[in-house]
Amino acid sequence: MLNQGYARIMEINLHTRKCAVLEREDLVEKLGGSGLAAALYREYGLPGEDALAEDQPLILTIGPLTGLFPLMSKAVLGFKSPYSGHYAETHAGGRLALALRYAKLDAVIIRGQASHPVYLVLGDRDFACKDARHLWGMDTTMTARTIRNSEPSGRGRRSILRIGQAGENQVRYACINVDTFRHFGRLGAGAVMGAKRLKALMVVGDGSFPLPGADYQKLYRDIYRQVTASSAMKKYHDLGTPVNVLNLNGLQSLPTRNLQSTRFEAAEKISGEYFAEKLLLRQIACSGCPVGCIHIGLLREKFGEEHEYAYKQVSYDHEPIFAAGSMLGVSPGEEVMVLLEQAEKCGLDIISCGVALAWATEASQEGLIGINETLVPLSFGSTENYRQAMGHISSRSNEFYHLLGEGTLVAANQYGGTDYACVLGQEMAGYATGPVFFVSQALGFRSSHLDTAGYQLDQEKELPTVEQALEYLVNEEKQRLLLTSMVACLFARNIYTREILSSALESAGLSRFSGDLEERAAALCRERWQLKKDTGFEPSQVTLPRRFYQVTTLNGPLPGPYMDKLLQEYARLIEEM
Amino acid sequence: MPKILRAVAMERCIGCYSCMLGCARQVHDSLSMIRSGIQVRSLGGLTAGFEARYCLACSPAPCAEACPTQAFEQRPGGGIRYKEARCLRCGRCAQACPVDAVIMDRETGRPVVCLHCGRCVAFCPHDCIAMVDSHHHV
Repeated sequence: MLNQGYARIMEINLHTRKCAVLEREDLVEKLGGSGLAAALYREYGLPGEDALAEDQPLILTIGPLTGLFPLMSKAVLGFKSPYSGHYAETHAGGRLALALRYAKLDAVIIRGQASHPVYLVLGDRDFACKDARHLWGMDTTMTARTIRNSEPSGRGRRSILRIGQAGENQVRYACINVDTFRHFGRLGAGAVMGAKRLKALMVVGDGSFPLPGADYQKLYRDIYRQVTASSAMKKYHDLGTPVNVLNLNGLQSLPTRNLQSTRFEAAEKISGEYFAEKLLLRQIACSGCPVGCIHIGLLREKFGEEHEYAYKQVSYDHEPIFAAGSMLGVSPGEEVMVLLEQAEKCGLDIISCGVALAWATEASQEGLIGINETLVPLSFGSTENYRQAMGHISSRSNEFYHLLGEGTLVAANQYGGTDYACVLGQEMAGYATGPVFFVSQALGFRSSHLDTAGYQLDQEKELPTVEQALEYLVNEEKQRLLLTSMVACLFARNIYTREILSSALESAGLSRFSGDLEERAAALCRERWQLKKDTGFEPSQVTLPRRFYQVTTLNGPLPGPYMDKLLQEYARLIEEM
Repeated sequence: MPKILRAVAMERCIGCYSCMLGCARQVHDSLSMIRSGIQVRSLGGLTAGFEARYCLACSPAPCAEACPTQAFEQRPGGGIRYKEARCLRCGRCAQACPVDAVIMDRETGRPVVCLHCGRCVAFCPHDCIAMVDSHHHV
């Protein structure tokens, strides 16, 4: 742990099936999470080599406050994305962050390729690289169940990461499932595990630390009270992120049918309210977070003539609902859950997968592809066929699905329809709010709605000037990078103000960092962008597909010249960073 | 009569582990998940819900009977009091517990068990755990 003066790092080589544990004093300066992952990629990464090269590292990190305070509950994965070819980050909750903390590991670096499928077991006094040939080909649910049954240690204090068929087959947007329901979702980390023949990873958090400073207990209590009493946090537990569905639809900002529209006539049937009233089974939480924002729905499927039902539990959030719902013209919520469950089992990033299938549907309508390519007819709203198509993407059934599994634009470059490939760095997230969001995802570090939340600025009464928008995006990125270096859940961004963050660091015995957080954040931003540029990212080459210029959003027809100017200026800023 | 801890509504549990972290922090002066008298875990994957494993406050307590040094003393109302200085770290208490609620801390070699102090209760966001009269059964 960093307050002991070093970062404890486990370096794993899958080729030799051995590990080394290092205590690195010099890395304390990088804080943790995003900052530490970038520093370790700088040291261990191969910027010029293919993302799926044997020795490209997967770098798991936590931060100096992980496990010390409420909602310091996320882990970061740094890697070279096989989707974009650039250095990338993806974040996940679940049990992982605290399991790593109490396994006394600030970071885990996995390199090499195993000679046959393996899974790893890590703990503060344990390391094993085990045969996973019996797990290869299994879906993510069965994989976890089998590992749980064969690994007795650490129940309740462990985390299990695994890939499905999509990862095994190196689909460029295969995710890593974390503890059922959470994911290292975006940019294809699952494919990197697949290329390494690493089916799963179990981390057991059985270690302990002495309490830090004298002020710590009181500060913990204060923050806990604030989190549990705050109305700002209640919304995440109540309807959860799907509260956005109706809000965005009302604002004419819900991407619908491959962004042919920004309003979905069946929005109510896929809304947070619909899910909560008809389908919500319960909420669960990440370890160390009393909010409980993970919403689990009950999917009941009739399988017999009589009253015979199978039931499944499926987690839902705004992004998955948009991707498998409005974007594909699918409703009601029950139908959306069929697709979410399929993505979960296959180990696919549901956002990219949904948007890719939305493009394929429009390309089918346009006659650019036919049944020989899609194998099942794709039309908006065709849930069962989409479910089958997701299986085809995962197993890369034919050349078409192979290309679609490389990314929507790769397929569009081959078959046509690039104008309506809804790609902003990667397949778009569920906000058609306007120019600031489109630019912010296209150029954002993670190509994610979470980089800078440009959608908030689009909802202001008046469009900001380009200068105002740039200032907002640059500042927001810095603030968020600081939080993801601790590693906080971004839902807690209003709880962990700069003042609270400083107090938390001081009470954890890390007062040396509390005084210059702004400078550190700025430096980490620069280092992280430099890394992405060193892996080939050229901000000035980023363009937006025509579809994004054709939408009507809450502020009317999209202002194209403004968006171009913002894109150009933001690219220039990143270039100079 | 002293009160005892009971997991009265585990069907409401969201698995946040705030109770475990609270016990470790307040009772054991530790940052830990394992150094906690209450252990929450899934019933077999997150789809199955959660259970809490903790001392059921037996009276007489088999762990106290098994303890050769009286480091575990019978607590009025059920459960035990722990006298650390007397403890040999032999682990007989853990072997004797019928519900596996005594954990041997690998780092210190000492037993960790719920002392029914109730300090975890305030950190449960859904009132899954409570201090109740000792004749209470769930």
